[in-house]
Amino acid sequence: MERRTILKGGAALGLAAGIAPRSLLAADPVKVGFMLVGPKNDTGWSQHHYDAAMKAKEKLGDGVELMVQESVAEGADAERVMSQMALGGAKLIFATSFGYMDSVQNVAAKFPKVMFEHATGYKTAPNASAYNARFYEGRAVCGYIAGKMTKTNKIGYIGSFPIPEVVQGINSSFVNARKANPAVEIAVVWISTWFDPAKEADATKALLDQGCDVVLAHTDSTAPLAALKAAGKFGFGQSSDMAEFAPTPRLSSIIDNWAPYYEERIKAVIDGTWKSQNVWYGIKEGMVGIGEISDAVPADVKAEAEKIRDGIAAGTVHAFQGPLNKQDGSAWLKDGELPDDGTLAGMNFFVEGITTKMPS
Amino acid sequence: MNAGVLVASLMVASVPILLAALGELVVEKSGVLNLGVEGMMIVGAVTGFIAAYHSGSAVLGFVGGAAGGAALSMIFALLTQFLMANQVATGLALTLFGQGLASLLGQSYVGQKPPLTGKLPFGPLADLPFVGPVLFGHDWVVYFSVLAVAAISWFLTRSRGGLVLRAVGENHDAAHSLGYKVRLVRVAAIGFGGAMAGLGGAYLSLVRVPQWTEGMTAGAGWIALAIVVFASWRPWRVLMGAWLFGGISVLQLNMQAAGSAIPVQYLSMSPYLITILVLVIMSSGRSRASLGAPASLGQNFHAAR
Repeated sequence: MERRTILKGGAALGLAAGIAPRSLLAADPVKVGFMLVGPKNDTGWSQHHYDAAMKAKEKLGDGVELMVQESVAEGADAERVMSQMALGGAKLIFATSFGYMDSVQNVAAKFPKVMFEHATGYKTAPNASAYNARFYEGRAVCGYIAGKMTKTNKIGYIGSFPIPEVVQGINSSFVNARKANPAVEIAVVWISTWFDPAKEADATKALLDQGCDVVLAHTDSTAPLAALKAAGKFGFGQSSDMAEFAPTPRLSSIIDNWAPYYEERIKAVIDGTWKSQNVWYGIKEGMVGIGEISDAVPADVKAEAEKIRDGIAAGTVHAFQGPLNKQDGSAWLKDGELPDDGTLAGMNFFVEGITTKMPS
Repeated sequence: MNAGVLVASLMVASVPILLAALGELVVEKSGVLNLGVEGMMIVGAVTGFIAAYHSGSAVLGFVGGAAGGAALSMIFALLTQFLMANQVATGLALTLFGQGLASLLGQSYVGQKPPLTGKLPFGPLADLPFVGPVLFGHDWVVYFSVLAVAAISWFLTRSRGGLVLRAVGENHDAAHSLGYKVRLVRVAAIGFGGAMAGLGGAYLSLVRVPQWTEGMTAGAGWIALAIVVFASWRPWRVLMGAWLFGGISVLQLNMQAAGSAIPVQYLSMSPYLITILVLVIMSSGRSRASLGAPASLGQNFHAAR
């Protein structure tokens, strides 16, 4: 404890004439660190984590103090930032990008008394949890709408990196677009970054040039929607609702809803009940939300898409349901079979019908 | 794959780096190395966006972008030309400062839409196969950027002003002893470079994306710096270099979208490989002069010395 805090405590003691219980004096706010991969106002992924953190703090009040660091590069910088937060007194640190995974493990080993929460990864430690959302469930709904809305029978997909989270999304979009429209094809473009508005816009234009008329994006900015608006084609909100682009080009959106989880975990630290875990929540738990389906979508398609959404929440519909083959034609799921979480979490193959090759 | 559309989109994609690289070319020709291109670009992107947003005019937006970039470059001019600060360190600091300043200025403009910059109306000419999209399917900034190449090339090689600028860049002591105002020339060149970088940034936020997001230049300023060296300080080669970089980045996206089998990593790294190759070939000559680098590049000038 710093000297200043002791003095303050002493003064308070004096004022209260020694009758205040000790526990009241020890109520220093719990410091919670948030490390973001992009700027906190990127209108997408990072902003959504930041807003969720602010919401959680609002709910929990003065007992929580936030330490936010934005635009932290994955790699050595991330370790430095987390170490600094830990040394600065953070009790709980949220690292909100897949690429922070190994950094979290390294820093967690150095600071066993600090708790860590890593988004979208799979490695855990006694003081490090992993949490992820089943984005692919949301993609199933969007993919279905995309399949119905395309006139050229060609949908585009902008991927950041070929990691399981993104591959699940591409497969889920495609499988469900095919359900809506058996003639549909998908073109995939990798741009090797989560956030580069110019590149995202260029990729969107490239896909449009190749004849796609609905483009899904798994990157963080609204640039694809801006480009789609200019071209008069369709897309979806990603991470946040992006409602400012409704009713067109944004037909619907996948919303990452982190706030309840953040509130729960910060509260667990305050109460001393925090335990390391590995959770993967979806539409059912509310971590993945589907944004209002816009009026540009015909009513019957909208109703069908909502049925898929509700079915996934109820557990009666699944994004992936056999029979499904892998890209090379080998069997993946038998008729009616559902994939287990292990296969999904490590998904590194495309399903049959996607012509783009997986980068090695 | 439609070749016309492809060439047209590579021309658009290379405009920001082309404008910024042209500005930096003039700066370096005057003997000043300003590594703050990235910072000036992003400040130009945000001031251009703000100007366009409030005035409702895209043209005023570009004026605002140029003014923003030039204003930031004046800090560099003050530090390096009058306070004799190290140019490399000041330029790097300018980039960091510019990025921070731009995020601050742009905070309340995230998610807003700028007025649109339309294509110039060429009527039926734009419908011609290949030639239509390539020559007649652009907004005015694309034509402006190509004209700027011609103008700068003419200025540097054919005009008296260009001769003075090059003299200052080659040997500032000699230029000074002939009575040329070394500092004045350099400050003017730095301001021009800043304005061009600002224009390039404004093109990103007003046309290419078009919206303001933090960090949107994403390294374009550094590529512009590399292109100047790649072009061995010649304007028309800058145009080639910018189209090569812009072209390959567009081409690799298009090839992916078309389902090409070539791994994208090869395409993404090819411009950098070519740069290295060109540098090796050119610098294997007799001296630094064969590269075309101005002899006084990066050296501060003080009249008392």
